[in-house]
Amino acid sequence: MTLLSVKGLAVSLGGRSVLQDVSLTVDKGEVVGLIGPNGAGKTTLMRAILGLVPHQGRSSLAQLSPRARGRAAAWMPQTREIAWPVSVETLVALGRTPHLAPGQRASAEDRAAVDRALKRMGLQEFRHRIATALSGGEQARVLMARALAQDAPLLMADEPIAGLDPAHQISTMRTFASLAAEGQAVIVSLHDLGLGVRHCTRLIVLDQGRIVADGAPTSVLTPALLRDTFGISAWFETTPQGAVFQPLEVLE
Amino acid sequence: MRLYVILLILMGTLFGVALMIGPAGIAPLDSLRALIFGGDGPMTLVMREIRLPRALLALMIGAALGMSGAAMQGYLRNPLADPGLIGVSGSAALGAVIAIQTGIAATTTLALPVSALVGALVGVVLVLMLAGPRGGSLTLILAGIAISALAGALTSLVLNLSPNPFAANDIVFWMMGSLADRSMTHVWLVLPLIVVGLGMLALMRRGLDALTLGEDAAQAMGINLAQLRLLLVLGTACVVGASTAVAGAIGFIGLVVPHMLRGWVGARPGRLLWASALGGAVMLLAADIAVRVILPMRDLKLGVVTALVGAPLFLHLIYRTRRGL
Amino acid sequence: MPRGVAPFMSGSMHSSRSALGLVLSGVLVCSAPVLAPVMARAEMPARVVSMNLCTDQLAMMLAAPGQLRSVSFLASDPRSSAMAEEAASYPANRGQAEEIYLMQPDLVVAGAYTSRATVALLQRLGVQVEIFAPVTALDDVPAQITRMGDVLGQQDKAAQIIATYEADLKAFQQESGRSPTAVLYEANGYTSGAQSLSGQILATAGFTNLANEAAYAWGANMPLEVLVMKAPEAVITSRSYPGGSRAEDILSHPALRATQDRRAEGSVSDSDWVCGTPYVLRAVAQMVSLRHTLTNGED
Repeated sequence: MTLLSVKGLAVSLGGRSVLQDVSLTVDKGEVVGLIGPNGAGKTTLMRAILGLVPHQGRSSLAQLSPRARGRAAAWMPQTREIAWPVSVETLVALGRTPHLAPGQRASAEDRAAVDRALKRMGLQEFRHRIATALSGGEQARVLMARALAQDAPLLMADEPIAGLDPAHQISTMRTFASLAAEGQAVIVSLHDLGLGVRHCTRLIVLDQGRIVADGAPTSVLTPALLRDTFGISAWFETTPQGAVFQPLEVLE
Repeated sequence: MRLYVILLILMGTLFGVALMIGPAGIAPLDSLRALIFGGDGPMTLVMREIRLPRALLALMIGAALGMSGAAMQGYLRNPLADPGLIGVSGSAALGAVIAIQTGIAATTTLALPVSALVGALVGVVLVLMLAGPRGGSLTLILAGIAISALAGALTSLVLNLSPNPFAANDIVFWMMGSLADRSMTHVWLVLPLIVVGLGMLALMRRGLDALTLGEDAAQAMGINLAQLRLLLVLGTACVVGASTAVAGAIGFIGLVVPHMLRGWVGARPGRLLWASALGGAVMLLAADIAVRVILPMRDLKLGVVTALVGAPLFLHLIYRTRRGL
Repeated sequence: MPRGVAPFMSGSMHSSRSALGLVLSGVLVCSAPVLAPVMARAEMPARVVSMNLCTDQLAMMLAAPGQLRSVSFLASDPRSSAMAEEAASYPANRGQAEEIYLMQPDLVVAGAYTSRATVALLQRLGVQVEIFAPVTALDDVPAQITRMGDVLGQQDKAAQIIATYEADLKAFQQESGRSPTAVLYEANGYTSGAQSLSGQILATAGFTNLANEAAYAWGANMPLEVLVMKAPEAVITSRSYPGGSRAEDILSHPALRATQDRRAEGSVSDSDWVCGTPYVLRAVAQMVSLRHTLTNGED
């Protein structure tokens, strides 16, 4: 089932074209890794898909009403902002916002969703801690739990594993995989190609505002693409422990 | 819930005290009897036409300033925002003074509060434009200083140009605020605007909570930011404009009250709204009692008391957020 | 109406000003012949500038034609000056040292509240400055007139005015009748007690001033509720100025209006009340007629 379809999406910021003619669809069960060098337009693409920036073209999500969109897709921005010293539980419960009618109080179902999200991110013990007093990595997980509590079929996360320790990077990617296995889909922007290769079902490579490759990790990360788009060489093998990708050199 | 009960009890008690305190020195029981049952004597007049409107205005205006402070802080995600400090009250005072000195205020009853409302509107729009959506502390405070200074200077200019010899003395009133000798007319004048304004600000509850996660996340969760901003601007203009039109610019209530109550509501900006409204009413009632206890025979300005409480707290907040500066 | 004050009180309040003008111009004309010897024996300043509303009026009453060169701008404002018409014929000054100095005065008369800096500057520049303290009692008015007469070299004219003033004042003081209670109430709730000129005007007119606590002796703000509780028979308010102000709001407060509704309302025009000149008797006369309205029908 298609959760997102984007056709001919283009964005100009300040007269400069930052995204051109992007088309893609995402089906349930997919973990889509969005990769590309700095400034390729990954964040802009995700925000345009959600309708958070003015754009041309069509995005099935951007056409929804704000609340319907909130129920269809959860969005984790790259900036990890927690403005007030609220408890972890309170923060995660904010994910239920699109499910509540104006003035409606949180129901048992909402509380259950919060509990599930906390459990999934291993945050049960943190429930009553003050979110702003946590470490950066812990905050990242709390914000992740918030996005999970939104219970949307599609999760879009902008560099969610940046700044996490290796164990939490891997477990976060595993969480995405398990969500996909349950019938949801994930779009995640990444810089760590190795984790992308191991945990994504599909990679979309963005360069200078255009999609230059879209497909299974093994078919996308060819030496030519790595050279042209990222300017690197890499060691990439399928081993008994799964696919292993290791960047090697910067190419002149 | 317990917090609301405590605040309501406190508010009710202070309201009663405010009714019983005054330079005329009427015995508390007599004063309440005169208030409720009336009678022909001057005591009824004092209670119903002088003390009752004063206490009612303290309650309403305190609630208005408290909630608008909480709303601004929540929207800008900055604990330093206060309508008095960032020049919104000053702009409202300018609007009111212009209405009085041009004679517009004398034409219709509503001209004065509406003109103050327009002043507040200009002030709050300017602050939001200058401080930007995220309301960084430095830009917010600088914008506030600039707008306050400009509004204050223009207010003084208008009053000094007035043919009325007392107008120049009014500068202190417009800058520091006072509830002395207001009447029921003023209560009816500001009540609708404050009710409408509080209603608009209260609608921001969910949006402000969501904004804890930043604008992008809030918007993606279905919050209409443009609508939220409009509620903030109009709601603040209504309550601050109406309050300032009858009581002058009273600073620091919107700063102190949300700060003191934040811990009680789990720091949730949405819940802080009504809590701050009640807290603001408590603080202004207390301040207005204080000015009458300290100098019963003179009109000590409210801003003196609120600043004595608020300014040290403001310094403390700046000290704490200086990394953000 | 007491006899002897006729010149100050003839006709309505409005026409009394012109009546007074006639009287005063009569004084000027009559006293002209006797001026010569005075000039001869006293040093008479030829170019006098007044910087204060009250010295303005005293100087206008006493100065010889051409002797007074300028009065303050307030002197021509009918709201504050009892001699606005006369003042119109003098150049106005705004009390700036520069403009005063350029008038090349050999004498400057100023009030005690005239800017000290201006006075000091003028003195440093070699200008003689005479400072007049405000008058706070009706009995002090003659001394003030005498002093102005002395510094202007117009002693005889001063003596004439004083004689009339004292006779008129005496006539008021001999009046009897019930003393209704009253409070003077101005912008910001300012009231005046027994030690103030306004308070004395009220008392001389036969009122009992309810602002009788020591705190109000020279004048102080009386909270509105204190006034309402005192329930005076008359509340005498000042007329409001154009432009409007928060300070004057109190004069239209419903509680005050309710107090006045049940009783007599008086209104003072500041011009007769503010300065220690013979015009204070016009204020007294106005209050006497207010008292008569209040006590009308009683005994």
